[in-house]
Amino acid sequence: MSAVPTLKTTPAPTAPPESTTQHGNKAHTDGRFGYVPVQTRSDRFKSVNVADFDAVTGREAVWKLSPVAKFTDLTAGELDGSVYPISSDPVDGVTVDWVDRSDARIGTAGTPEERAAANAWSTFEKALAITVSGEEAKEITVTRADLGASPRAAHVIIEAKPFSQATVILQNTGDARLSENVEIILGESSNLTVVSVQEWNTGAVHLTNHFASVGKDARLKHVVVSLGGSIVRVNPSVRLAGSGSDTLLLGLYFADAGQHLEQQVYVFHDAPHSRSRVTYKGALQGQDARTVWIGDVLIGNKAAGTDSYEQNRNLVLSEGTRADSIPNLEIETGDIVGAGHASATGRFDDEQLFYLQSRGITEEEARRLVVRGFLTEVIQQIGSPTLEARLQETIEAELLSSASLPAAVEAR
Amino acid sequence: MSVLEIKDLHVSVQTDQGVKQILNGVNLTINEGEIHAIMGPNGSGKSTLAYTIAGHPKYHVEGGSILLDGAEVLTMTVDQRARAGLFLAMQYPVEIPGVTVTNFLRTAKTAIDGEAPAIRTWIKDVRGAMTNLRMDKSFAERNVNEGFSGGEKKRNEILQLELLKPKFAVLDETDSGLDVDALKIVSEGVNRAKENTGLGLLLITHYTRILRYIHPDFVHVFVNGRIAEQGGPELADRLEDEGYDRFLVPEIVN
Repeated sequence: MSAVPTLKTTPAPTAPPESTTQHGNKAHTDGRFGYVPVQTRSDRFKSVNVADFDAVTGREAVWKLSPVAKFTDLTAGELDGSVYPISSDPVDGVTVDWVDRSDARIGTAGTPEERAAANAWSTFEKALAITVSGEEAKEITVTRADLGASPRAAHVIIEAKPFSQATVILQNTGDARLSENVEIILGESSNLTVVSVQEWNTGAVHLTNHFASVGKDARLKHVVVSLGGSIVRVNPSVRLAGSGSDTLLLGLYFADAGQHLEQQVYVFHDAPHSRSRVTYKGALQGQDARTVWIGDVLIGNKAAGTDSYEQNRNLVLSEGTRADSIPNLEIETGDIVGAGHASATGRFDDEQLFYLQSRGITEEEARRLVVRGFLTEVIQQIGSPTLEARLQETIEAELLSSASLPAAVEAR
Repeated sequence: MSVLEIKDLHVSVQTDQGVKQILNGVNLTINEGEIHAIMGPNGSGKSTLAYTIAGHPKYHVEGGSILLDGAEVLTMTVDQRARAGLFLAMQYPVEIPGVTVTNFLRTAKTAIDGEAPAIRTWIKDVRGAMTNLRMDKSFAERNVNEGFSGGEKKRNEILQLELLKPKFAVLDETDSGLDVDALKIVSEGVNRAKENTGLGLLLITHYTRILRYIHPDFVHVFVNGRIAEQGGPELADRLEDEGYDRFLVPEIVN
């Protein structure tokens, strides 16, 4: 069960009166007496105002697995909230423009649960709005390549009008020190795919929360692809708000030496007959390659007939890596179709390499075979053939450039 | 005709207690089409011989040579040895996450032959070989050895033996952990491979029971890292009756 220690929602009761009970037979006085952790994932403290959050210590549930000291500028510093350069080719049925903070859609999909997100929310000047209409299938790629290396705030709205259909790819490259919030709003019976691709430069830091609200009979496919950057933390949070709503959350990450790639996924089943599937797969290679996956699923008391399954798989390709994988499932109604989770972290080691080589396969090919086989399940489901092919190539290039060297030495 | 020659092979491994000498001058010649059984007590170095032939990095060759049709095997990488025609059926085949049996077999076959097999005949070959080994079709889509039982792993080794068609195969205790039905199925597979390709076999085993189904031309008794005695199939019968005590006693005195 998820539990977040915060004192904001539960004021400590006053100390009990002095009594004459037997020594030892009284409440502890360890300073947190009366403290009750948040009991439900949806009860976490939320605010759009950065001042409502205490300074980040790294002990908070949302931060405890993140290297918080490396981005105090994003959690506590001043951010540049101005408009930045984007590029995209025009697509019929999709508008891309900058809207004011007063836009009615802002704040409808979610609210920050931590300080970096609130800092961005307090600071952004205009939001980038990608609005989808029309029932024909279409695909748009919005590229952000010039965010610069100073701390920045951003806000993105992706809205799919009722009955519309599209694939929206957010392509992120170049330098960045970015904290942002992305709101994804699906109207009734819309069918939206959002792919967020992080191929930042080596030193980049990117903290983002994707808040999605899925309307009646709508379907959201959300894909997180994190490959490049120093610290990349993408936390998708999906509320299945309308009955019959459906979401497929996919993730694909490949951490090299020194990289921290994190994703905290949260699915809130808040309507009957909603369905969710979560599959995140990651590979780790090189000294201090680090990944974090936390998967929270909350099946609320309104969500009768829910069908839910989440899984995380990690493939460790070398020594010196760490993969955290924490699935949490919270169920408030007994009337569901299914709810399950799975997590596994496997290792590709010298014995496996020997086995494949003993069948004539070269070392290079062996690694490619294993990683490709492992990640293909996710790549194949993205649904954009161009992007799928490009990612396959990128991953194989990454595989060769980063780790075949130390591995070759190891295997003699 | 192909020939695999092992000459005065000395091998050590690095242990926590320092370097340990395991093979002390192994001499053995296997011709194409011959079946040699290597039998010996636990710890005599049988598996070391198998892994050294395949090129496992853990084993250090101190001296001697292994020649395949005159070419030095010891200077080849593990994958080069396989492409040269050597095969090791492992005692404990490892699990390969993320790689299906189908994908693995096709990749290995392509690597060994230097070109991708023709799709239609290949699929037929794989299906046929699986049926012969009583492997369910679903194996093809499972990850290599992942969740396989001991017997299924051994069948999967023999499946590869049949499909990759090596010149020489080393079977490292392929019989261990198999019940009698599985032992028969696996043995049939080995005999079929030999019939079809005429390969030479080095059959490493502790017990004689697999020799009821796979008939060796030569039997070598392996003790303390070298061949202590060799003979024909009758030697196996004698070991069945007497065990290895006869070979162990003098070594203890020594």
